[in-house]
Amino acid sequence: MTQTSSTGSTGQSLASPTGTSAVPALSGAPRRAKINAKTLRTDRWWLQPLLTVVVLVSFIIYSTIRAFQNTHYFLDPYISPFYSPCLSSSCAPAPHISLFPSNAFFTPAIFILVFPLGFRLTCYYYRKAYYRSFWLSPPACAVAEPHKSYSGETKFPLIGNNLHRYFFYAGMVFNVILTYDALLAFRFEKDGGHHFGIGLGTAVLVLNATLLWLYTLSCHSCRHIVGGRLTHFSKHPVRYKFWGFVSTLNHKHMQLAWVSLFGVALTDLYVLLVSSGALSDPRWVA
Amino acid sequence: MSYEAKLRVWRGDADGGDLQDYTVTVNEGEVVLDVIHRLQATQAGDLAVRWNCKAGKCGSCSAEINGRPRLMCLTRMGDFQEDQVVTITPMRTFPVIRDLVTDVSFNYEKAAAIPPFTPKPREKDGTYRMQQIDVERSQEFRKCIECFLCQDTCHVIRDHEDNMPAFSGPRFLMRIAELDMHPLDTVDRKEFAQEQAGLGMCNITKCCTEVCPEGIHITDNALIPLKERVVDKKYDPLTWLGNTIRRRTP
Repeated sequence: MTQTSSTGSTGQSLASPTGTSAVPALSGAPRRAKINAKTLRTDRWWLQPLLTVVVLVSFIIYSTIRAFQNTHYFLDPYISPFYSPCLSSSCAPAPHISLFPSNAFFTPAIFILVFPLGFRLTCYYYRKAYYRSFWLSPPACAVAEPHKSYSGETKFPLIGNNLHRYFFYAGMVFNVILTYDALLAFRFEKDGGHHFGIGLGTAVLVLNATLLWLYTLSCHSCRHIVGGRLTHFSKHPVRYKFWGFVSTLNHKHMQLAWVSLFGVALTDLYVLLVSSGALSDPRWVA
Repeated sequence: MSYEAKLRVWRGDADGGDLQDYTVTVNEGEVVLDVIHRLQATQAGDLAVRWNCKAGKCGSCSAEINGRPRLMCLTRMGDFQEDQVVTITPMRTFPVIRDLVTDVSFNYEKAAAIPPFTPKPREKDGTYRMQQIDVERSQEFRKCIECFLCQDTCHVIRDHEDNMPAFSGPRFLMRIAELDMHPLDTVDRKEFAQEQAGLGMCNITKCCTEVCPEGIHITDNALIPLKERVVDKKYDPLTWLGNTIRRRTP
């Protein structure tokens, strides 16, 4: 039995008049402990949301500039993940589909980035990150949020976060494309023919594709699809194995979300630097 | 080694109250609950505090220490600097009864509203049988000691008291997930989770997981899987169609 030292006034019942459900505080009656401070936390709770804002805003600015720049995204055999698959003739003679003229205002990147952007925007980790950092809902645990009302993910547009799994499927398609790009990055043109080779850009593209696979496979929707939705694992041993593997990755979903984000930006930056001539790509070709 | 710690303790009841300063002796290895008991024994005999096991297993001594929802019996005084003021307040989300004691009956009403465990018929030999791998997900959630710190820290009801009728809170969404994943249970609670328990209000900011003294992965292993199960049923036409055509349940 729980011991309560000292005697105190009894709390008012939360039961509704019908006795069927809990109801909020009776209007006007001071029921909760009256504490005026928004939070009594003494640690630097604001640091994490601040860092998240700084990093995400930096990425948004960089990727927006690059998406509209529409140049320096290809240097055979490397292509920036922002512009892959290549949808303009700028990538010739590498595989491409000429849908966009090279001077189009709406660049291929704008259409391509919708999918990875949607995947990250609806990602369960990033939702936590931006709800806390940008929407301050809440800014940190046990720190009061500034909003007067709250409906969570029950209304448009936030109810759209339930479509995460469809962006996951799209993300998988892009991972296949970026993996293909990484494989092409081993093929260098020399003496009029194609030869096997490895450059620093090859390593960058391979690392980027690997990180994106790890981030995508660690996704909560992936975890659910491969096995989480099952009630009887014992009837589906193979899916149980997959679920266990994805669950292991899922523990690192936050870290993979950040590292893969940096990976994409740095891969694009590398392609920008080598294709603009600011940096020369060290490579070995057979 | 003993030292004199500076404490600020919220004293009052539903009509009002404030933080009061105390200086209390602290001995090496003591936890906040020890110091509260010493305060009660030496200076504030009428201080109300709820406690029981002093071992982090009963979930009674939930409070907020320097603004963070924690169990007083699991918070070491050694975690603070000797000259640091330690502020102890009751859980903000629940109505205060007196001093550090709150009325947590909201939680029991939410628990009672959940459709109960409804197992399938027994086997012919009168037993229930299930595989360990089928039930182990639910077993993690059975570690819950019902300290209600997750409920206390959840901003959906902490910052928006008007949501309390519509939102059950992480502890009871976890209970729904536990039952929904249970291999013997036969009731589909997804509709209940979304419409009655307010699962859609959860924006998965993981504060419940952060404060859980049992280390249960509430968000990753209960709330998000439950959200995904609701998506299967309500928002994913392909899964719905597949299940309907094949007339199957997972």
